[in-house]
Amino acid sequence: MRRGKKRALICGAVPFLALVFALPFVNRVRPVVFGLPFILFWILAWVALTPVFLFLADVSLRKDGEGRDEDR
Amino acid sequence: MTPALAIILGVILGAAALGFFAGRRVPMNLENWTVGGRKFGPLIIWLLMAGEVYTTFTFLGASGWAYAKGAPTYYILIYGTLAYTLSFFILPEIWKIGKREGLHTQPDFFAHLFKSRTLGVVVAVVGILSILPYLQLQLAGLGLIVEAASDGAVSSTAAILLSFLLTTAFVLTSGLRGSAWVSVVKDVLMLTAVGLVGFGIPKIFFGGIGPMFRTLMDKAPGHLVFPGSAPGMGVPWVMSTVLLTGMGFYMWPQLFGTAFSAKSGRIIRRNACIMPLYQIPIVLIFFVGFTAFLTLPGLKNGDLSLLTLVRKAYPSWFVGFVGAAGAVTAMVPASVLVISAAALLSKNVYRAGFRPKATDAEVMRVSRLMVLLVSAAALVFALALPNALVNLLLIGYDGVAQLFPGVVLGLFWKKTARAGVLAGLLTGIAVAAFLVFGKHDPFFGLNAGFVALAANALVTVVVSLAARPSLSAGNG
Repeated sequence: MRRGKKRALICGAVPFLALVFALPFVNRVRPVVFGLPFILFWILAWVALTPVFLFLADVSLRKDGEGRDEDR
Repeated sequence: MTPALAIILGVILGAAALGFFAGRRVPMNLENWTVGGRKFGPLIIWLLMAGEVYTTFTFLGASGWAYAKGAPTYYILIYGTLAYTLSFFILPEIWKIGKREGLHTQPDFFAHLFKSRTLGVVVAVVGILSILPYLQLQLAGLGLIVEAASDGAVSSTAAILLSFLLTTAFVLTSGLRGSAWVSVVKDVLMLTAVGLVGFGIPKIFFGGIGPMFRTLMDKAPGHLVFPGSAPGMGVPWVMSTVLLTGMGFYMWPQLFGTAFSAKSGRIIRRNACIMPLYQIPIVLIFFVGFTAFLTLPGLKNGDLSLLTLVRKAYPSWFVGFVGAAGAVTAMVPASVLVISAAALLSKNVYRAGFRPKATDAEVMRVSRLMVLLVSAAALVFALALPNALVNLLLIGYDGVAQLFPGVVLGLFWKKTARAGVLAGLLTGIAVAAFLVFGKHDPFFGLNAGFVALAANALVTVVVSLAARPSLSAGNG
């Protein structure tokens, strides 16, 4: 597997770690952040951060030259 | 005519007119009608995909769940985000094959990838059986919203008939392009309504979102963490449910189809990057549901909590505006569902099953006929037999999600065999049906559909290893 692709897959795994596998550890009301119960804040924060990781994945893939055939 | 009524009718008519004219300059052949000529750029693809995120379920269900169940409603935010992350990696691969082979629909893809017409027909049937109840749900939600927002002036039946006939009309003239443009109206109205109501309602009743949560944390802190007020929906349920629905999301035939409409794979990837942000406003709808939990205890139908609060707190014209937004919010997904079902029926059942020699022009004619047929069926189910499809609806998501192992393994694992995919698919559907209809959902705290998905993946792999590979090169 090319390096860029590997890096892209790692970026793509992050939302799954944060939004699925971390849930047992963050299922609590406190501390309250920005007025929100902690679990809701956590979920919102990771929904907002996911585009950052996908953007990084996109950059990694483009370094591989992936998608050059598609960019017309 | 009350201001509310005038606004609702005006918006429904205006949106339909926009959809009607959207396709007038484009010759309507099969390619244009079902996949927008495979020419959709970033803007229109975004509109189309965003149009699918907010359905009537968002309006009614997300607030209804926040009201009745509490924290489990958060799953909606999570699964969408997971779905977009998966789509980033999977959809461009599907696009590539679709472009190379001229595919239009999900069964086309299965039939091509596994070189099996039978598998294509099976996938088409699974798709149609999942779409029908979903379509009915959109119509029922539309009726509920308009009836409540117009304070009974427009009956649910009248609202469903009017808006759905208009939807059918613009589907016939403009195809997918019409849906994309009506989406513009829908997204603007919907986001405005959600923004105003989501900040407004907690402010009116508690002086703000923070104070609303403080009250809730004092009164019922358990409502705010899993499992909320729904004992079966603890953390394991949430984890298995978001995995199931995240993987299942793009397996809905109409969403899978967006992979074929894009001009390039890059456009799909860029879209996947932005889409999670579009999810965030859903949290505002939770706030409304939580406010209702504190101020309106004992509602019989939690799904009406948002509209009930809006009617209590705002003047009639604003209620009409929210109702109009809700109605258009049902029309866009309904139009896409009708197009997908018609394409599946004409291309993948009629042509693949009965008339292999049919030309594209003939399939296009049959597609239009099928639009009328599917629309009529959905109307009958929504108006006359509202309970007939309940069982299908219960299992709809579990059903389409069973296509996921076949797609992913077929794309990325060269040993995947046709027999494995078919066996896995049937196993998954059988397990899901057995667990759901036998009232074993959740199954040991896990979402039954997820259990079925695991069984499906296992069977697909085992049978594929036992059989001779059917893919010479896979995706290469």
